[in-house]
Order: sequence, then structure tokens, then C-alpha cells
Amino acid sequence: MRHITDVYRALFSIRIAELLQYRVALVIWLIEVALGPIISIVIWSAVARARGGTVDGYTSATFAAYFLIAMLVNYFTQTWVFWEFEWRVREGTFSPLLLRPVHPIHGDIAQNIAYKLLMLTVIIPVSILIAIVFHPVFHLTWLAAIAFVFALLQAFVLRFAVEWALALLTFWSTRVDVLNQLYIVVLMLLSGQLVPLAFFPQPVQIAATVLPFRWMVAFPVELCLGSVAPGEILPGLAAQSAWLLLSIIILIVMWRTGIRRYSAVGA
Amino acid sequence: MPSITIKRLRKAYKVYEREAGVLAAVRSLVRRKTREIVAVDDVSFEVEPGEVVGFLGPNGAGKTTTLKMLAGLLYPTAGEISVLGHCPWKREKAFLSQITMVMGQRSQLIWDIPAIDSFELNRAIYRIPLPTYRDVLDTLTDLLELGPLLQKPVRTLSLGERMKCEIAAALLHRPQVLFLDEPTIGLDVTMQRRIRSFIGEYNQRFGASVLLTSHYMADVEALCKRIIVIHHGIILFDGDLTSLVERFSPHKKIVVSLDTLNGYDLQAYGNVVEHSDEGRVVFQVPKDEVARVTGKLLADLPILDVTIEDPPIESVIEQVFAQEVIV
Repeated sequence: MRHITDVYRALFSIRIAELLQYRVALVIWLIEVALGPIISIVIWSAVARARGGTVDGYTSATFAAYFLIAMLVNYFTQTWVFWEFEWRVREGTFSPLLLRPVHPIHGDIAQNIAYKLLMLTVIIPVSILIAIVFHPVFHLTWLAAIAFVFALLQAFVLRFAVEWALALLTFWSTRVDVLNQLYIVVLMLLSGQLVPLAFFPQPVQIAATVLPFRWMVAFPVELCLGSVAPGEILPGLAAQSAWLLLSIIILIVMWRTGIRRYSAVGA
Repeated sequence: MPSITIKRLRKAYKVYEREAGVLAAVRSLVRRKTREIVAVDDVSFEVEPGEVVGFLGPNGAGKTTTLKMLAGLLYPTAGEISVLGHCPWKREKAFLSQITMVMGQRSQLIWDIPAIDSFELNRAIYRIPLPTYRDVLDTLTDLLELGPLLQKPVRTLSLGERMKCEIAAALLHRPQVLFLDEPTIGLDVTMQRRIRSFIGEYNQRFGASVLLTSHYMADVEALCKRIIVIHHGIILFDGDLTSLVERFSPHKKIVVSLDTLNGYDLQAYGNVVEHSDEGRVVFQVPKDEVARVTGKLLADLPILDVTIEDPPIESVIEQVFAQEVIV
């Protein structure tokens, strides 16, 4: 345990030092992060006004809340590991990671968390700005707030496990970028980042719930907005946990078979 | 007990192949032709603790594949491997903590930050106690003259400077077994010599086993008493350098400087392989005739200077590859 905390401490300081080398990229990322939710809020508020104030029960204030929280949840749970993995395997930088007596996943976890800590300096001002300009309204209860924290943490681990497993497909084929693109499009739609899932037809909503996507972003957002009925909170968390468990099992199986394949065909 | 043992090691890859052209590309979607390539075939050897072994062979001979199997990056198709009592491909922590692999064309250092930060990371990863770390770092800094390099971002270092840092990073945990794949590739002669002498020094000081591949014979001559020659995945020779030369090069060169070339039938003394107008003549003579021929030359000709040379090791190795017989 001591060993792994030491490794994480060293990894954090390295990742932060590395990220600070790219200050300009951070500013560009800020624009990218802020632009999406701002556009969504502006468009949907206009639609709401045109329809006499609400769209399916959403006012411009709830739209502002929805897209603000969706931005934050997406930020918290986001990974970019599949892009990096493909590059790693193709460029041969993965082999040195395998020679170390520490599992390569730790480096990625540390990098992800370091990045997010550093990005707080970007995301907090952006959030405050959006809040001041668009006046979001929340209906948060204590129960929902506690559930939100759990759901957010589970969503992070779930997404990390699923996306790391997706990244491992590189072991079978180094041309997985099409698959990654597809995943991102489906994720955008079914995780509720583009529009609230309630706006979709019933079959799409069912698909988002049966698949892991709703549990990655939409569920924590809905909890925060108070749109999950109290009786649905626990079953929701349980369903999320089930997907989490399954994704970890899939990840372990894929790692074991993938690494065997990697070391069979040439590292 | 040997630190490395491999028995009848074999590695075969399946590769997909198709002919050129769109039609062939479409056809390959349905049915892919595969071909088996044997990279390493029935290779067996042992390396003792503290031994430095040079692993020679042309590109594609199977050197890197063998090293990767030893380091646990590849698992063998058949055969047995044991490194420090471990089965490499299981990649147990106890195994990984005691070995290192340096690949001349791969980097383990983090590109954007100074090398010293990567070193710190390795200290945590390999659980190196702080006093030991400082001690080893001091030694490495000293031997490799790393002082001014450690604080600079790795991407700003020259190839040679980066390689020195690379090697230092790979040795901080004082591994007992070193796999060095072309550690001097692309470096200038001075830097090659520096790295070479450092590897020798490390081996002496820590008694580590070293398995080294290199295209530079100077590396091998300076470091390795024993060499293993591999070609097409098969071991052609395993033994010390001098016996390789003896076995594969039955000739020596006699180089003489003459006062004048005029009027002498040089071919009568032996096979003349080179001669210049200034009077320098090189004879190639069977080894057991060297003494006789030299005596005769000295007696008959106006000789200013004479030297007897072994052929360069490169040409001996070339001969081994050309013959492709197992010895």
C-alpha cells in the first residue's frame, strides 16, 4: 500500500509538471469546454421562450442547470485513454511500461486525476461565469446530494474501466480509431450530454438505461437537478454499481487476454 | 546457478500477407492468408552471474526477439526460459525489479520534463530507499557525467545525452541482469566509448550479467569475452571471441613496408591482397605459415617495417554468416 501511494505521489508531480509545459493548450481547452454548454443553453432557452416558457417541463433556468452540471460531470468522468493507447502501441512506448514492476493502469489513473486537479483552475471560473450569466435553478435534496456524490464517483470508475477496456482493443488491431469515434458519438447521445435523455423517444431512453451510457453522465446530472424520484435513487445506484462491477470484470478479462496477445505477436 | 537459462527456445509469428492492389485488399477481407515466420528456433544457452555476453547477428536474426522473451515482453512459442529463477513472461514484480532493458531506439524517459523527474518516479516504482538512491545517482552522475543534463527537459537533449540519461534511469534500481539492445546506436565514437566503458564498470562493480546486442564490433570487442552469433533464428556460434577468430579465419595478414617494389616477385611469398606505390604490401597467409613466410620476407627483401595482424572481427563475423554452419 505504501508502495502504491509513493508511486502515485511521484506520478502526480510528474504529470502536473508535464501538463504545465502546455499552458497554451490549457487555454484552448478552456474555450472548448465552455463553448459546448453555452451554445446548448442559448439554443434551448430560445426554444423554451418560443414555446411559451418551457420545453417538456424544462425552463431556460433548468436548461442552464442541466448543461452546467452535465459539463461538470462529463469533465469529472472524462478519459482520453483510448487515443493514447493506440499511439502507445503503434509507437512502441508501451513496452517500457510493461517492464516496470507497477501496473500501467496506475500511470493513467494518476494522469487523469492530475489533469483534472489542474483543470479545476479552468473549470471553476467557467462554471461561475455560466451561473452568473444564465441563472441556473436546482432542486437538490440532501438525499439526492449524497446520492449524487456516490453516483459521480461510480460514474468516474465506470467510465474509466469501460474506456480503458476499449483502449485495450488496440492489442487486437492498431486501427481502432473508427471504433473510438463511434463510441464517442454514441456516448454523446446516450449519456445525455447533447440533450436530456427525457427528450428522446422511449426506445432510445431504454437503450441508454440498459447500456452503461446513462450511468456515465446523465444519472448523476438528473440526481443533481432533482429529477430522479426518491424511490428511484437506490435502484439507480444499484444498476450503476452492477454496470461498474461488470465493466471491471470485462477490463480484467480483456487485460489478461490482450496482454497475452500483445506478447504473442510482438511488442 | 546461471542467472539466465534458456532451453530449446522457439518463437514463431503468424503474419498476414496479401498481394498488392485493391482487389487483393478486398479479397483479404474474406480470406486472409497467413504465413508462419520463425524468429527464434531451438536456441539454448546459459549466462552466468557477472558474465557479459555479446549477441551478434544481422538485422532480423532474432536477437531482439530473444531479448524481449528474456525480459518478459514476449512469450515463447516453445521452450524454457528462466531468468534469476523467474519465468519472465509472468512478469512478477520480484523479477521486474531485478532486471532492466535498454532499447536504443525506445525511450522510457518522459519527454517534456527533466530526466531527474523520471528518475524520481523510478525511485518510487522500484522502491529504492532514499540513501541508496542518492548513492547510486551520485555514482551514475559521476561515471556518465550527467551533472548538467539532469535539469533540462529531455526533449532538449542531444541523442547521446539522452542515451546517457536513459541508461542511468535503467540502472537506478541496480538490476542484476541487463538486456541492452543496441545501446550505442546512432552515437558518435566518443560517446560510444563512454557508454561502453560505463557498462564495463557497472558490470565489474555490481557483478551483473549483461546481454548486449550491437552493430558496433568495438562494443563487443571491448566488453564481451563471450559471444553468441545468431542468424535466421539459429545459433551459429557460442564461445569466446578469440576462438571465433581462430576457427573462422585461418589467415593472418602480414603487412610490410619495402624500400622499393622494383624487381621482386611478391606473389611468390604469399597472396598479395593490397599494395601501394609507397612500398606498403599486405599478404594474406595461412596461420601456420606466418612464421616461415615472415622469416623468408625478412631474409630476402629490403624491409623497413613489418606487422602481423588478425583480420578485422567484422570480416570474421561476415564469414560466419556467409557459411551459415553451426559450430
